[in-house]
Amino acid sequence: MTPTTSSFREAIAPLWRDNLALAQLLGLCPLLAVTTTVVNGVALGLASAAVVVIASTAMSALKRALKPAARLPVALLILATLVTVVDLFSEALFYDLHGKLGIFIPLIVVNSGLLAHAENVASRRSVGFTLLSALATGFGFLLAFVALGAFREIVGHGTLLSDIELLAGESYRGMRLDLGVGGVLVAILPPGAFFGLGLLLALRNRLTATKPQDRSSSGTPR
Amino acid sequence: MASANGNWALTAVAAAALAAAALYAARAAYDWSDERIAANERARVVARLNSVLEPALRGRDLTTTLLGITDAEHLGSDGPVDVFVLTDRGAPMATVFATVAPHGYNAAIDLLIGVAPIGTVTGVRVVRHRETQGLGDAIDIARSDWMLQFDGKALTSPPPELWAIEQDEGEFDAISGATVTSRAVVAAVKNTLLYFEQHRDELYARAAEAANAGRASPP
Repeated sequence: MTPTTSSFREAIAPLWRDNLALAQLLGLCPLLAVTTTVVNGVALGLASAAVVVIASTAMSALKRALKPAARLPVALLILATLVTVVDLFSEALFYDLHGKLGIFIPLIVVNSGLLAHAENVASRRSVGFTLLSALATGFGFLLAFVALGAFREIVGHGTLLSDIELLAGESYRGMRLDLGVGGVLVAILPPGAFFGLGLLLALRNRLTATKPQDRSSSGTPR
Repeated sequence: MASANGNWALTAVAAAALAAAALYAARAAYDWSDERIAANERARVVARLNSVLEPALRGRDLTTTLLGITDAEHLGSDGPVDVFVLTDRGAPMATVFATVAPHGYNAAIDLLIGVAPIGTVTGVRVVRHRETQGLGDAIDIARSDWMLQFDGKALTSPPPELWAIEQDEGEFDAISGATVTSRAVVAAVKNTLLYFEQHRDELYARAAEAANAGRASPP
């Protein structure tokens, strides 16, 4: 295996093997709170992904200019700025959706997983590696949002992609699916978030258990 | 590796430049989105005005006059609350209050309450709320018909002492599992009617005055 292949594999590990939410169990607060529908989950997942990609890449580009002691404040400054911009833009462009996500857009700034990425990976790796790894982290996180959102929406509301028009525009309203099942209210209440996450973790463990695992590389607990 | 990382002077310059860029970016984002957000808020309120009018008035071309009324006791907010007086050739047809129900379960609930000139409720809708998903969010017409029970009610029917939820010996249904939410909304509608009863003539006079001022100075 060439070094290029192995570092590529390492960079995309956060997509699934080191998934922020499903393997490292970070960023669970927004994940559990907003995933009452797929669309809510997608919106916050995309916002988080955009923030981590820009923040980590910027931190990687700046790594030679910064003393290690200054990295954390600078990372927080970048994250806070990005989150402010994302918050304002989403309120201007997706007003109703922004109302549903409420406090969880501003709270992206304290997502420990994103901060850990901007600090740990970006301070050691090249800009290219960091960009790829941040993309994998962001989309891996989005994957968890979509999976949990879909589970809770199907079981709780019996629909899929309701409110899609808030994200994609009025002409996509018809994409909403009524499955005629579900209506199990607990799925959209907070306990349902934990049940859903537990099932997702069980599913992930089941899928990864058959493959040999490098235990040393599993996550950076904080 | 650590020794390769810059010195303090370089760090200070980089951090200062970044801070300036951050300030600029936040300011630019604010300037870009500020008016769009305000327009979104206005559009949302105006679109919902129709939903609280009596059916015969919906979609009719009425003159809408916006007043800012401050009355924390009745309208639920320490600041001015939007009150829309809708007139047809000077004759008042309806009044819509953007009343706040301050004691929602999680946060204040923003309502729109339509009141006919004779003092009956023509409709109540929630504009913004933070009530519990699956329980208190039944105040949203998209989730349940609970809000429709206010249609046609007035301070005379039921009498003021029955303007409460069943648990408080009143006449209104409460959402099961969301007593606090229900209580907050019923109180807000009642207080709005009380305000309207006491200030109806003043509201209409102010609206007429504002409409006249608007005509005197062409846009």
